[in-house]
Amino acid sequence: MESRAQKLILLGFFGGLFCVPLLAEWTSTPFYLDLARRMMILAIGALSLNLIMGYGGLISFGHAAYIGIGAYTVGICAEHGLTNGFIQWPLAILISGAFAIVFGAISLRTRGVYFIMITLALAQMMYFLGVSLDRYGGDDGLPLSERSNFQDLIDISNNITLYYLVFLALVLCLLFCHRLIHSRFGMVLQGARSNEKRMQGLGFPTLRYQLTAFVIAGMMAGFAGALLANHTDFINPDLMHWTRSGDLIIMVLLGGMGSLAGPVIGALVFLLLEEVLSGITEYWQLIFGPFLILVVLFARGGLLGFFSKRGNQGE
Amino acid sequence: MVDGALVFEQFFNGIQLGLLLFLLAAGLTLVFGIMDMMNLAHGSLYMLGAYVAAQVTLWSGSFLLGVSVALPAILILGICLEAGLLRPLYARGHLDQVLATFGMILFFNEFVRLVWGPEGIEVPLPSFLKGNVVLFDIPLPNYRLVVIGVGLLVALLLYLLVTKTRTGMLIRAGASNREMIQVLGVDINRVFTLVFGIGAALAALAGALAGPILAVTIGMGENILIQVLVVIVIGGIGSIRGAFVGAMLIGIIDILGRSFLDTFFKIFLPVNAAETAGPAVASMLIYIIMALVLFFKPQGLFPAKTG
Repeated sequence: MESRAQKLILLGFFGGLFCVPLLAEWTSTPFYLDLARRMMILAIGALSLNLIMGYGGLISFGHAAYIGIGAYTVGICAEHGLTNGFIQWPLAILISGAFAIVFGAISLRTRGVYFIMITLALAQMMYFLGVSLDRYGGDDGLPLSERSNFQDLIDISNNITLYYLVFLALVLCLLFCHRLIHSRFGMVLQGARSNEKRMQGLGFPTLRYQLTAFVIAGMMAGFAGALLANHTDFINPDLMHWTRSGDLIIMVLLGGMGSLAGPVIGALVFLLLEEVLSGITEYWQLIFGPFLILVVLFARGGLLGFFSKRGNQGE
Repeated sequence: MVDGALVFEQFFNGIQLGLLLFLLAAGLTLVFGIMDMMNLAHGSLYMLGAYVAAQVTLWSGSFLLGVSVALPAILILGICLEAGLLRPLYARGHLDQVLATFGMILFFNEFVRLVWGPEGIEVPLPSFLKGNVVLFDIPLPNYRLVVIGVGLLVALLLYLLVTKTRTGMLIRAGASNREMIQVLGVDINRVFTLVFGIGAALAALAGALAGPILAVTIGMGENILIQVLVVIVIGGIGSIRGAFVGAMLIGIIDILGRSFLDTFFKIFLPVNAAETAGPAVASMLIYIIMALVLFFKPQGLFPAKTG
C-alpha cells in the first residue's frame, strides 16, 4: 500500500536516525540523542494508535493511558527491587493488554462520538489513579531507581546502547505492523472501517477483530511505555494525561493516517515543531494551536498526503 | 462514624456541583446531538467566562457586573467561533473535529497564560452572599444556595424552551434526526448557531459562578470538561433531561465518594488499606459508574437519537 516515495522517505529517515548518536557524540550535543530517542519511543506509541485509528477507524482519545500503564509497571517493579528486564517488559506488555481488554470491551459497545468520549474518560481515570497512588509518588511521580537490567545480554544504562535498542524496537514494531495490516486480520479490520455492516453481512464477527486490534495496540503502547520509563528514568501521572493522548493523535494525523510511515514521520515533526516553536517563544502553543487548526482545514491526509495520493477521510 | 449532618452537608455540595455540571452539559449535549460534532473547546469557554468575570469583579468590585459582562462576551465569542471555525468542520469526520477543537484549547490556554499569567486568580465571595442559612442546625453557605437556585432556574427555563416553544421543537427534532428536518425545509444551521450561543453563555455562567468556590486557573476548563463528558455519556447524547439527571448523579456521587468512601471501606478493610483505597477509588468512581451505565445502556439513560 505504501508508495515508493513513502518507502524512500522512511529509509532516509532511518538512515538519519542511525547516525544521530555519531553526530551527537561528534558535536558533543547529547541533547539531540535524547530528543531522537524520545521521538522514536513516541513513534512506537503513535504507530500503535494508528493500528486502531488509521486502519480500524476507531478514534481512541485515551491511548496515552497504555503508555502510562507500561511505564508504571516498570517503575513499580523497580521500586520493589524487581529490575530484571526480562520480567519487567513482558509484564508491562501483558498488564497494558489486560487493561486494553477491559477498556476496549467497554468502549467498543459504542461508536463515533461516544467512543471518543469514553476512551478519553477511561484514560483520565487512570490519570487520577496515578495521582492518588501516594505509595508511588502520587502527583510528583517516581524516579526510577535503576534501569531495566538485561543481565549479560545488553546494558541499557549506557545511553547509546539504549538508543540503539529503541531504534531496533521501532524497526521491529514497524515490520510487525506491516505484516499485521497486510494479513487477513488487517484486511478484515480495514473492511470494518469502510463498512462495518457489510463485513458483518459477510459473516465476520467485526467486534472481535476490533477488540483484538485494540488490545494489540494497547500492548504495543505499553511496550513504548516501558521504553519511555527507561528513557526518562522517571514516571509520573502526566504520562497518562489526556493532552498526551491528544499529542499521539496529532502525531498520527500530522504524518498521515492509515499509512505505516505516517505516524513515524508525524512523531518526528511533532517533536521538532515543539522544539523549534518553544525556542521562539515561551508561549509556543499560541502558534501551535492555530497551526493544528490550519492543518485540519487545509492539509488533509497529513504531510505524507503531499507525497502520495492517499487522502484522509477523517472517519 | 459518619454523622448525619455531615452527610447532608456533602449531599448539598453534591447537588451544587451537579448543577454546575448541568450548566455545561446542557449546551454541549445539544452540540453533540444536533450536529454530531465533537467539541472539546467547551471547557475553554467555561474558563474564559471565569477569567472575564473574575477580572471585571476585581476591577469594579461588583460580582454581578462581572457575571453580566462575562455572559454576553462569551456568547459573542461562541457565536464567532461557531460561524468562523466550527461550521466548516460539520461535514468532516470526528477526528478532524477533535483535532481542531484540541488546537483551540491549546490556543486559549496559552492565551490566558499570556494575559493573566500562570498563577490563577482568587475571586472573593461577593459580600452580600457571605454567611449561612441554618437548616436543621446545619449551616448552608448562602453562595452555594444561590448557585443551586441559578442552576435550577436555568434548568427550568431550558425545559420550557425545549418543550414549549417552536424553537425548542426544532432543537429536539434536530437532535433526533438532522437530515429529516433539513429536508422539511428548516435551516438547521441557524438553529444550531443559536444553540451554540446559548451553550457558550451557559458555560460562561458556570465559569463565573465557579470563580468564588473553585480556583480560577488555566486547567480548570479541561478538568471539568471530562466530568461533563461523563455526564453526557451517562445521560445520552442530545438529551437535556439526560444531562440533568446525569449531572445530578455525577455531582452527588463524586462528592459523597470523596467524603465517605474511605469510611465505608473501613467497615470491611483494615484502616491502612481503606485509607489508601478510599481516595483512589473515589477519584475513579464516576468513571466506574459511566462504565456500568454503558454496559447496560450503550446509548445512555435517555437516548435522543432515533436514526
